[in-house]
Amino acid sequence: MDYFVLVIAAIFVNNIVLAQYLGNCPFIGTSKESGVAIGMGLAVVFVAAMAAVITWCVQKFLLAPNDLGYLQTIAFILVIAALVQFVELFLKKVIPPLYKSLGIFLPLITTNCAVLGIAIICQREEFTLLETLIFSVASGLGFMLALVVLASIRERLDLARVPISMKGTPLGLIMAGLMSLAFFAFKGMAS
Amino acid sequence: MITASVLVLFGIGLTAAVILAVASKLLYVYEDPRIAQVESVLAGANCGGCGFPGCAGAAQGVVEGKAGANVCVIGGDSVAAKVAGIMGLDFSATEKQIAFVDCTGGVRAEEIYQYQGARDCRAQHLLYSGAKMCPEGCLGYGTCVTACQFGAISMGPNGYPVVDPNLCTACGSCAQVCPRGVISIWGMTARITHVNEVNDCLAPCRQRCPGQINIPRYIEQVSRGDYAGALETIRERIPMPLSIGRVCPHPCEGVCRRGNVDEPVGINMIKRFAADWEMNSGTRLPITCAPDTGRKVAVVGGGPAGLSCAYFLRRLGHAPTIFESMPKLGGQLRYGIPEYRLPKAVLDWEIEGIIGLGIDVKFNQFFGKDFSLESLAEDGYEAVFLGIGAWMNLNLRIDNEDAVGVSTGTEFLTKVGLGVDTGIGKKVVVIGGGNTAIDAARTSVRLDADVTLMYRRTRDEMPANMDEIIGADEEGVKYLFLAAPTRIVTDDAGHVTHVEYIQMELGAPDASGRRRPVPIEGSETLIEADTVYTAIGQKPELSCLYDDSGTCTLEETRWRTLGADPDTLQTALPHVFTGGDMHTGPALVITALGEGRKAARSIHQYLNEGAPHVPANMQRDMIDYTMFTHVPDVGLRERSTMPHLIECDERTCSFKEIEGAINEEQVKHETCRCLRCGLTCYNRDLAEGQTCDAEECLKNQ
Repeated sequence: MDYFVLVIAAIFVNNIVLAQYLGNCPFIGTSKESGVAIGMGLAVVFVAAMAAVITWCVQKFLLAPNDLGYLQTIAFILVIAALVQFVELFLKKVIPPLYKSLGIFLPLITTNCAVLGIAIICQREEFTLLETLIFSVASGLGFMLALVVLASIRERLDLARVPISMKGTPLGLIMAGLMSLAFFAFKGMAS
Repeated sequence: MITASVLVLFGIGLTAAVILAVASKLLYVYEDPRIAQVESVLAGANCGGCGFPGCAGAAQGVVEGKAGANVCVIGGDSVAAKVAGIMGLDFSATEKQIAFVDCTGGVRAEEIYQYQGARDCRAQHLLYSGAKMCPEGCLGYGTCVTACQFGAISMGPNGYPVVDPNLCTACGSCAQVCPRGVISIWGMTARITHVNEVNDCLAPCRQRCPGQINIPRYIEQVSRGDYAGALETIRERIPMPLSIGRVCPHPCEGVCRRGNVDEPVGINMIKRFAADWEMNSGTRLPITCAPDTGRKVAVVGGGPAGLSCAYFLRRLGHAPTIFESMPKLGGQLRYGIPEYRLPKAVLDWEIEGIIGLGIDVKFNQFFGKDFSLESLAEDGYEAVFLGIGAWMNLNLRIDNEDAVGVSTGTEFLTKVGLGVDTGIGKKVVVIGGGNTAIDAARTSVRLDADVTLMYRRTRDEMPANMDEIIGADEEGVKYLFLAAPTRIVTDDAGHVTHVEYIQMELGAPDASGRRRPVPIEGSETLIEADTVYTAIGQKPELSCLYDDSGTCTLEETRWRTLGADPDTLQTALPHVFTGGDMHTGPALVITALGEGRKAARSIHQYLNEGAPHVPANMQRDMIDYTMFTHVPDVGLRERSTMPHLIECDERTCSFKEIEGAINEEQVKHETCRCLRCGLTCYNRDLAEGQTCDAEECLKNQ
């Protein structure tokens, strides 16, 4: 039951983009078409889960025993960057079809604050390894949900007549804001 | 503490580096280095115009062979050449393609659809399939304007999109979004080889013209003062605007929609004006040809059909050679049409322009004598166009037809054309009622003879052009209607002295709709004559197709013409094509020019694809629903008249050209009489009493 609450909280209540405001640049940048949004979302789910698990291990076995908690941010960045590079190489060789659909998004994720944020939240909440895995997958799904919803909205907006100054990113940001307001309805349903 | 943190970070970094290094060694995937090279020379705009997701995708596509060197729609030939260099591909400059809007009716869309405040024709089309009466035309919403990433399309003042050819990259996004398919990405080759289809925007004049010239388009270009553009439009269908501007009996004007209101637009006058403008300017406009293919095609006959076929083959990149039996090119234009209608200097100038594109000509070569289909094949000609015309005269089938002083109208005109002695007398009788008869009669008048034209029906049934009949009348040609020759009377030396004829009366209409003449018994009469010209019809001279044993590999029709597929003009031999009078029997110059283009199109397809073909929805007859005669809301505007360069008395002793071109002011007036018709739409006039001065007219078009 706790895990269920954890998932619901990660996807809806504490949505990584709409409630925590992390990962805004890919959120605006890759939400022009729903096909692209789904690919990006899957890539984030995949990388976030791996990153959270690895960084959990780094924290648990390397930083905490040596009392080096203040190195958390820089160490995590380093680990995630190397991890993404490795995943890219690995997928290209071993699972080319997956690389074809996710590959072009992987470099974007190297410096994605949503992924780093998920890893750090897991440490802040002092999750167990299983909780970390569930939470990171759920958070990635939350990111994907927000991305796909926004992309669908923006696809419709492309058909409408919009003042030129508002076309594209400005209107995208307004839509993101409105979505964020809508997600505030979940506030307080789970912590 | 510091040491520990440095060590830890260094350790993490080192571990990651080692893992990555090992991984990149173990997991190395070979990637073609050319992909990066190609990507570096592409424009880098990631516009997607090529159909690949960005320039990297395009580079990959090129290396995988999915795209050619000219993949980049922005870069043009220079980038294509670089890509070809990297890939080791052959690169020949490709012809420029641009978007082409074939509809002029946007402003007339009867209802503009608003989709939640946006004028959108895709939504309009999905919901209501368009609200305009015309089933084909532009709706004028401008989706194509938004779709264009290069700013090459704008909404013109007349409510339909206008393409800027300099900015257009032929990426095709406009053509994709257009719900009506009125935009196509066309290069010159595609435009030249296009035949009218029933869902093209075909005004009645375009449907009727045997040459399929885009008449409304060139009229519109002339109205804007773009005479060069107008000529380019005309030259995509016929190579000889100067000659056609003079001799064409303009069937298009017969179906002009304005003709239901007052008088038809002077279409041919406008064409002549544009063509004369080029000739008088002294410089020839450049005519573009596709890159050379080097494939040899023999064109037999240098008349209108042969010239047209050779011209279009050349423009399609092939290497045609014309085989002409006469010492000069032009066929009936030179040897059949007299000087006063088409001055030889004008014809020479025009033919020079056509030959100057790079067409070989061999003179004094008789088909069947100097060369044959077999010898052409041996000489490496991959296809043959036969267009030897219809030069053999039909006989009167009366006594003494071979008397001295009796000859045929075409022979006489040919002699005049060649400038040799015709042996014409003082009293000439011309027999026949067609254009050749009139030409022979009017030419005889100019050679100082007393001329009588004998025709077995009445003036109303004469097949000649009305202008010609009136012109001959004005010049003093005497008409003898309802008279059929029965005998040529000769003197002892066998020279003609009289023609005996029998009077006729009109009976019931025959199959052609004309009333059949019936002889009145016992009404034989004599008319004095020392020269008789017969001009009762011609047919092709097909004996050259038969070999010594009297067999012919080609097919002859019951009308004694060369049999061929009516659409592709391919004969019984797959590599032999025909056209012009040889195929149709005696017909108009414009028909021959049109057939020449059709044959060139078929030969092009034959050379490239193996078999010629035509689209299933090709327009053959006039499209019924476009031929309405009730044309409301159009005001009267007077038609311009062709000025006469010389007047009647002078005309009879001079071969100088009679009709002149209209002036620039008149041509402006004439172009704004045009209703800019589409299939069913046309420009309605405005308030009552509106006059047509240029600016106002343009604004309202």
